[in-house]
Parts: sequence; C-alpha cells; structure tokens
Amino acid sequence: MSALLAIEDLAVRFPSGGGLAGRLGLRPLPPIEAVAGVSLALEAGTTYALVGESGSGKSTLARAIVGLVPVARGTIRFQGRSVAGPGAEGLGALRRDVAILFQDPVGSLSPRRTVRSILAEPFRVHGVAADPGREVQRLLAEVGLAADFAHRYPHQLSGGQARRVGVARALALRPKLVIADEPTAGLDVSVQGELLNLMNDLQARLGIAFLMITHNLHVVRHVAHRMGVMYLGRLVEEGATAVIFSSPRHRYTEALLAAGAEPDARAGGPAIRGEVPSLIARPPGCEFHPRCGFALARCRTEAPGLTAIGTLRSFRCHNPAGVAAPGAPAGA
Amino acid sequence: MAADILALRGLSVAFETPGGRLHALRDVSLGLARGRVLGIAGESGCGKSTLVSAVIGLLPSNARLLGGEVLLDGRDLLAMGAEEMRAIRGQRMTVVFQDPMTALNPVLTIGRQMVAIQYRSGASGAEKRRRAVEYLARVRIPDPERRLGQYPHEFSGGMRQRICIAMALLLKPDLVIADEPTTALDATLELEVIALLRELQGEAGCAVLFISHHLGAIARLCDDVAIMYAGEVVERGAVRDIFHDARHPYTRALLTCDPGRIREATRTLPTIPGALPDLRRPPAGCIFRPRCADRDDRCAVRPGERALGPTHRAACHRAQELAPLARPVA
Repeated sequence: MSALLAIEDLAVRFPSGGGLAGRLGLRPLPPIEAVAGVSLALEAGTTYALVGESGSGKSTLARAIVGLVPVARGTIRFQGRSVAGPGAEGLGALRRDVAILFQDPVGSLSPRRTVRSILAEPFRVHGVAADPGREVQRLLAEVGLAADFAHRYPHQLSGGQARRVGVARALALRPKLVIADEPTAGLDVSVQGELLNLMNDLQARLGIAFLMITHNLHVVRHVAHRMGVMYLGRLVEEGATAVIFSSPRHRYTEALLAAGAEPDARAGGPAIRGEVPSLIARPPGCEFHPRCGFALARCRTEAPGLTAIGTLRSFRCHNPAGVAAPGAPAGA
Repeated sequence: MAADILALRGLSVAFETPGGRLHALRDVSLGLARGRVLGIAGESGCGKSTLVSAVIGLLPSNARLLGGEVLLDGRDLLAMGAEEMRAIRGQRMTVVFQDPMTALNPVLTIGRQMVAIQYRSGASGAEKRRRAVEYLARVRIPDPERRLGQYPHEFSGGMRQRICIAMALLLKPDLVIADEPTTALDATLELEVIALLRELQGEAGCAVLFISHHLGAIARLCDDVAIMYAGEVVERGAVRDIFHDARHPYTRALLTCDPGRIREATRTLPTIPGALPDLRRPPAGCIFRPRCADRDDRCAVRPGERALGPTHRAACHRAQELAPLARPVA
C-alpha cells in the first residue's frame, strides 16, 4: 500500500527552558516531546482530520511534516520518497506538492498586496513559467470569486472571501496535499458550510488530499474520511471517521465526542475532569488516567499498548468503551 | 416589565464612517429579568458587540445614538453622565470578556488585581484578600491562597477564564455581561466554564447577558434567547421556543446550517445564500428579504414583531404560517 503521506513513529522535541539555571546548564532539564511517536497514513484524494485539545501537538505535527520544526525521531514519506528520517532526500520532494492553508484568514494575507499579487507569488517563488494573469483568473474561478477580486486588498474582503483567497493561493501550484490548520476557526456557520463545500468540491474535481487540524468535531464528522485523536503528543485513537463516531473506544475520544454533541437540553456526558497535564510532567501509565472516569489500577502504572483492528481503527486504552468491562473502576 | 433588570427599548445606534452612516443597531428591544440568563446569538456583523458596548457605555466616539433607551433597573443608562456610569460599571454591572489573557494585566499578580477591583467596597485590605481567596475557591482554582500570588501566565487558559468569572462575580453585581467567554476555549473547557457560570449564577441570583455565536453553548446555558441579524433582533423567546419552534426564516436557516444538528454525515453542507446587506444602505422592507427562501410580496414592508407565545416574538410576516422546522434527531 503506498499512501500519499506516511508517517512512522514521528517525534518532535523542544528544549524545556528550565529557567536561568537550565539555560546556564546548571540544572539541565530533559526536552519535552510535543509529538511523541505518531504513525499515520493519508491516502491520495482523501481527508484526514487531527483533533485534540489545545496543546495536544496537532499543529506541531503539521509543522513537522512541512519541515517548519525539526524532526527528532521517525520518518515521513511523501509519495514514497523520504522527506525526514534516515536517508531523507530533503524537503524538495514536497515543496511544490504540499500547500498550507493558515489559520487566520485575513492575517495570512499581506495587507499591502492585491489579491492578484498574492496569488501570483507562488509562481514567482517556484520559478514556474506561467502567464500570471491567466493563472490568477483560473484560481479565482476555482474558488468561486469574481475576476474583479484580483484588484482588491485583503482589508476589502470579508472573512469568508479572505478564506477563499487563502484556498486559491494554496491551490496555485496544483498541490497533491493541502494542510489546513483550523480552516473554519472564527467563521460563522453559514460561511463555514461554504468553505467546507468548496474544499469537498476541489477534492472531487482535482483529487486533492487534505490534512485538517481542527477541534470542531462536527466538521470532522461531515468531511473527514479518517481521523486521529491526539492527547499529549500521541495518537490515542485513530481510524475511519464513521467508525470512531459510532463507537469510540478510547475514553478520551468518548468524552470529546460527548462535549461536542449539540444538546437540545442541558445534558451531561462523561465529563473530563481537570485540564491537560503539562508535557514537562507526563503522568505515569496511561497519560489520560488522572482525568479519566474509567481508570483501572493498572492504568496508573502501565502505559496501554496499541490495539489495532485491521486498518479500520486502533486505540490505546486498558478499559475501552463499548467493550465488556475487564474490571470495575479503581475508585474516583 | 418592571421586573426586568435590563431592558432595551427601541435602541438604534449608527456609526459615522467615511462611506456614510452605518446603521449598526436598528430599533432593538429586549428584556432580561432578574436572575435569568439571556443569550444573544447571531453571526459576525449582526450587532452583538455594538449592543454590549451600548449597554456598558463604551461606544466608540464615532457612534451616534439615534434613539431608544437602555434601562438598568428602570434607570436610563444612556441619559447618565460619565461619572454616574463609572459608579455602575464594575459594581452593579460587570463584564467577562472573550480573551482571558488580554483581560488580565500580565504584570500584576491575580491577587493584586482581585483586590484592586474591590476599591469601592470600603472593606479592609485583609477582608478584600479573604474575599478574593473565597471567589478563587468558588471557581475551583486549587490552593487559592497560594495561587493569589501568581501571575496570569502561570495559569492555563481555562483557569484564566475562571478567574475572570470570579472577578466579575466578586462585587455581587446585578448583571454580568459575558461577551463570547468560551470562544477562545476548547470544547471540553467550554463545557466546564458554562457549567460553572450556570452554577454561580444560580447561587448569586444575578442576571447574565450571554453573547455567543455558538448555538450549542446558548442552548446549554440560557433561559431565553434573542437572535440578531444585521442589527435587528429578528426572533426572541425561551430557549425551547427558539430551538424547537423557530419561526423566523433567519433563525431557521441558522439552525439548519449548524453541522452539529445534521445527523447523517454529509459532504454538502447547507449554507445561507447571499451576503449581509450593506448597513450604510439597509434594504427597504424586511432586512432578511434578499436572502430569504420564504419571502413574498408582503416582505417589501418592514415586519413588526409578532407575538407567538407568552415571550416568543418573531419579526416576520409569515411567522405564523411557516411549517414547523424538521426536528434534528440529536
């Protein structure tokens, strides 16, 4: 099986300051692992969603893929060519074929440039001989904007229009993969629908694969083929979106889905207690156990291994949901 | 409606812009009873923020009050002088802002900030400190005594917003305005903050004006809801009325677009065709007419509010005729 993007055991480390003593080398602290051994595969022409709370490592993982942060361990292969890890050929293999859709629709467009200049830039940077005028018109048409938008500046665009310009720029060099970091954050529901419909349409027509980072689970349910749930830099559950939504196994996934569920009345789901622990002090055993309502005694000491059911799904949990309980919770 | 702690009557606010006068709020009427939670929902540009600024008396200098009243406990805030307004703000009326990081001063400990906002109370320093500790404990900050000496950056995002809530309630106000307090938080933290707001509001008995574009958060927290579109309140009523029996086509479109209410996974999501009208030249007749799927000839005339129930009102000519919206099976 040759996936478009294949990531194996990827880790990203950042030095943890440790204050003045740490900086002087008097009290060296171990680095923190923002991404701690993630493996996933993205097929061409499909959408993969990474979900998780702030600080779970979603954005760091995406940045590592395009080389914006160094990879400490593991491999990244794009179209079968190694871009990070042993024997890597460097980022050249993906520079043109991977584009990024940034989070802030207006902030990611230069305020001093017209839409035309913004859209023509990728061709200049990559030295692609093209008729910029024609390419800009093609891109605007692709995202459903009228041709006269080429003369506007970013401040003359609404949030939804700025998003479309961002999409058009990402499409410029006909990428195979677009990494979209919170593409719908801050958009109103009707505009969000327009953007997601546009992305789906582009995927159907041009065969683009999307790696989408989001914490909006409703969006994931409607547009992603596969999804991965991140917690403290690890994928705790991964698999086909429909399967995970209908029967989450990891207790963290289960709680996230319950939190996102749209209530008709005030209903409570299995709430998560407390907040995301610090990466500097990872809990022993299963790292979710301090917040989990279903933790067993072994969850406190023994890290759960990966349970994989073919390629359909995999998860790391000693006491998964929807499976006959191996024992009663060991107290609250 | 003498029981209302906050009442807006026919409030109209415009902004003077280089391109002409922008009518940001037009003839807005709302009532918030003591001890209740009123949610204001609507998309960007609907006037939610202008409404908050008008209530707290912090409209920018290019704003023009074209008419109406903002009554706090029966007294018109718009007729008050700056000095009188200052005595009410932060005392009888407090605000929880969207971004807890910028709402707190980064160079002062939270203890100093929590003591400083009690400057009008006349209590001793020790008493103010004791109250600060009490309220930190109420919003479930562990070890509050010690945490009082820490700076905002030493707290997580969820904790910072809980501290802002503690500060808003510390002075026992009659009215708390929560302006998108959960927008910057993850879904799990949002739930926690909403549960906390609901609990503390019940204990304190204060009224809450909750601004959000997240319908799920409003359904969870509020007693009553007002839906705004392009500077007007198009529909208002109890949470049940709005979420189960929406009568204004805009409310219905908004609910239909919410991906959380669409049970079957779909790759073609509903949208509202068209764009917001230019509020420098609001269209004649119903403000939603250009985008409305249910419009007819009557809509050329601006519809007044129609009473649909004890508190349920919708500004639509067809409010009584529209078939019930298909219920999502959530």
